[in-house]
Order: sequence, then structure tokens, then C-alpha cells
Amino acid sequence: MRDWFRDRIGLDEIQHLAEKKEVPVHRHSFWYYWGGMTLFLFGVQVATGILLLLYYRASADEAYESVRFLMTQVSFGWLIRSIHSWSANLMIGAAMIHMFSTFLLKSYRRPREVTWLTGMALFGLAMAFGFSGYLLPWNQLAFFATKVGTDIVGDLPLVGTFMLRFLRGGDHITGGTLTRFFGFHVAILPAIAGGLVLLHLYLVQRHGMSVPRSVERAGAPPTMMKFMPNFMLRDMVGWLAMLGVLGLLAALLPWELGHKADPYAPAPAGTRPEWYFAWMFQTLRVLPAHILGLEGELAGVIGIGIAGLAWLAVPFLDDPHGEGARARLWTLVGVVAAIYIVVFTLLAYRVAAP
Amino acid sequence: MKRRGFLDWMIRIAGTSLGAFVLYPVFRYLVPPRIPEAATRRVVAARKDELAPGSFKTFPFGSQPGILIRTNDGSYRALSAVCSHLGCTVQYRGADRTIWCACHNGLYDLEGHNVSGPPPRPLEVYVVHVEGEDVVVEKAKPA
Repeated sequence: MRDWFRDRIGLDEIQHLAEKKEVPVHRHSFWYYWGGMTLFLFGVQVATGILLLLYYRASADEAYESVRFLMTQVSFGWLIRSIHSWSANLMIGAAMIHMFSTFLLKSYRRPREVTWLTGMALFGLAMAFGFSGYLLPWNQLAFFATKVGTDIVGDLPLVGTFMLRFLRGGDHITGGTLTRFFGFHVAILPAIAGGLVLLHLYLVQRHGMSVPRSVERAGAPPTMMKFMPNFMLRDMVGWLAMLGVLGLLAALLPWELGHKADPYAPAPAGTRPEWYFAWMFQTLRVLPAHILGLEGELAGVIGIGIAGLAWLAVPFLDDPHGEGARARLWTLVGVVAAIYIVVFTLLAYRVAAP
Repeated sequence: MKRRGFLDWMIRIAGTSLGAFVLYPVFRYLVPPRIPEAATRRVVAARKDELAPGSFKTFPFGSQPGILIRTNDGSYRALSAVCSHLGCTVQYRGADRTIWCACHNGLYDLEGHNVSGPPPRPLEVYVVHVEGEDVVVEKAKPA
């Protein structure tokens, strides 16, 4: 049987490729596991997402009821939905750790600029998955989070109105928005993400793991570990632990459904987006109504947009060798960004409604 | 220009045109059509005995929510319930007689003026009449 497949799909070449891959071992090797962890959680998302599709009905009249049915009547429906929601959040957490470790270890240096760009595009897609998926249960919190989120997009200069209508499928949030978000969430975003994941993995394979400058400067090249099976087995230990964490979270803190969306009801107290948008939400919350003649939220959106573009372009703005004052400045930028995000996220959860 | 170069250019132009012909309808399809809304100027927001003093309700005013407030002295106020910051639906807090947006903690007074938090503009104020058993809300006539 093995020979039959070997002749037809080239198992030997795949095996040879896997055996050739090696991972450097040094004091920062721990951070290499977070890309694989993100990929594992993405796999959990795909598997549980397909299962949710068997019961979910994407219309304003039926979406909330179909999720309630899934959670109360379908065997283990609550578990599948909770794992989907928890793994989505943990995936973005793992992707954030992966992104910040890549940034601070300067792994984006030549020739890995495109690897960084594809990773950032994947991070943006993960946020888009989160944003589009949040609305699908059609509950009150999701309704207003989507209203605020699309309104922020509507504030973008030049393209704002177009983008707002494109996202909402009209001027307001209606059942049309729900079906549109459903289409983004289960068809358009997965198609783009699938291609980008393959490209990102190919680039990681092509260039190998980046060795930090501090390790390079130490002199002797680091010892290498075989990816297959040594690193892969270590990866899998982490995945198994994560699966345990997911099961624990889903069982002890099942994801709530809340109240069905009512477009004419007041926004409930405690309306806030998912935690990974919370620092932006808090930033917009503390800005005054007007800044330098601009409306506060427009100034905030422009500021966050410029910061995001600078973050994206860091491989081209930082010193190509990761040395000198410019490299230290960008390390400082990374540390300040991490502190800002942590502090503003905590503030968003701490500030209670008066 | 040589024949091969000419043909290369023709193929590029034809390919680009074909791409544009395919993508243009897709792009237009993705943008939703503008559907004109009937201009709502007047609605029955509540029955006369529906709201106790110090309470409020939100009601559909066309495609947007409005808010009807019965103040402690028994009079009515009606305003647009769409926060001027990022479009959340506001609510009335009887304890401090303010209109509050829960999304970003914006506050308005009963005249609709934005008094604190991020809202950049006041709320639109509507005219309220009691007609028989109905509380009727209508848009103020332009000055």
C-alpha cells in the first residue's frame, strides 16, 4: 500500500523534505512554538466551525433561535460552540504572542520581509474572522459591537462611506448584514486565509527559522534540532495541553448567548467588543469630542491607522541588520506598543459604567 | 516594434480587458443598491398612559430608533436615540436626568446637548403632542 502511494504522490520527496528541516536550539527557541500553536487553534476553528454549520441558520429571524437550539437541544452543541468561541480567542492570543515575539526578536529581517507581511495579513484576517463571527448569534451585544465597529470603518477618509455600505449591505445593520457577515465568515475569509497560510508556511520552510541577532553575535552557531520528529513532538505536547485548556474553559465557562438583538432597544450597559479590539475601543472612549478641529473618533481612527501601517512596514523601516540606534528605537516601539495594548485592554474591562 | 512584441502587447491588453470585464460586474454586485426610504416625519410613539413619570421607551422612527422620555413632572421629551458618536442607541437615566450612551459613556442633557464623553454633536430633538390617547412624535419643522 505504502509503495503504491509512494509511486503516485511522491511520499519519499515529502519525507526527505521533512527530514531536512531543522530548528535552531537557543535560549529564545520557546517562541518558535507559537506559530504552530496558532495553526493548531486555526485547525480547531475549521473543525468546530464546520460542525456548527450543520445547525446554524443565517437569517435575522432564525439565527438566534438556531444557536439557542444548538446549545440547549443538540447533544454537545454547547461544547462545540464554546470550543469554537474559546479557540477563536486563544488563537488570536497565540497569534499576538507569535507576532510580538517575531517583532521583538526582529525575525522580519532580510530575507523574511514577505513572511512578516503574510503573517500580518493573516493576523488581520483573524481579526476579521472574529468581527464577522461575533455577529452571527444575532444577540444584543454583538449587534451594537457591529454597529460601532462598522461606524468606525465609516469614519475612514475617502473610502469610509463605501466600506460602511459594503460591510453592512446597506445603510443600516439588518438581516442583510447578517447574511453578508456569514458569507465573509464561512466562505470568503477561509478561502483567502487558506491560501495565505500555505504561502506563510512555504516561506517559513524556504527561509528556515530566524536566529536572533543576540544569538548570532554570541559566535558559535546554535545547535540544531530535527524538525521531524523532535520539534514536531514538542509542538504536539503543547497542542495537547491547549486541547486540555480548551476543554476546561468550555466546560467551566461556556460561552453565553445573551438576549436576541433588537435594533430599537438601547445599547446594554457593558457593551464592549471582543478583548482584542478592547484597546482600540478604550482609546476611542477616552478621546475628547474634538481634536485639532477633527472629530475625536476620526482623529483616533487616523492615528490607529498610521500606527498600524508603521507596524506593517517595520521590515523596511528598521535597520536591515538589526543593529544600531534605529534597531533599538524599533525594539522600544514594540515594547511601548505591547504595554499600551495591555494597559488599555485592562482599562476597558476595569472602567465600569457609572 | 517587432511582430512578437506587438502580439505580446495585444495579449496583455486583451487579458487586462477580459479581467476588467469579469471583475467590474463582481465589484458592482458587492456594493448594495441604494434603496430610498420613505421619509418618516410623524409616528405614534406610545399610548398616553404607557409611561410612568421618570421612565422612557425607545421606538422606531423610520429606520432609526427614537427615544421618548416622560420626565418627573409628567411632560414628554422626544429625541433621536442614535448617539452622535458611533451610532449606538441611547437610554434615559432618571436618577440624574441624563441621556446616556452605554457604548462609550457619552452623556446628553434632556435638550439633547452633548455634555460629556466623546459625542461630538447633540441629539436631534423631536416635537411631542398628546393627541387623544396617543403620544405623537414628529420632526421639528426647519426654521
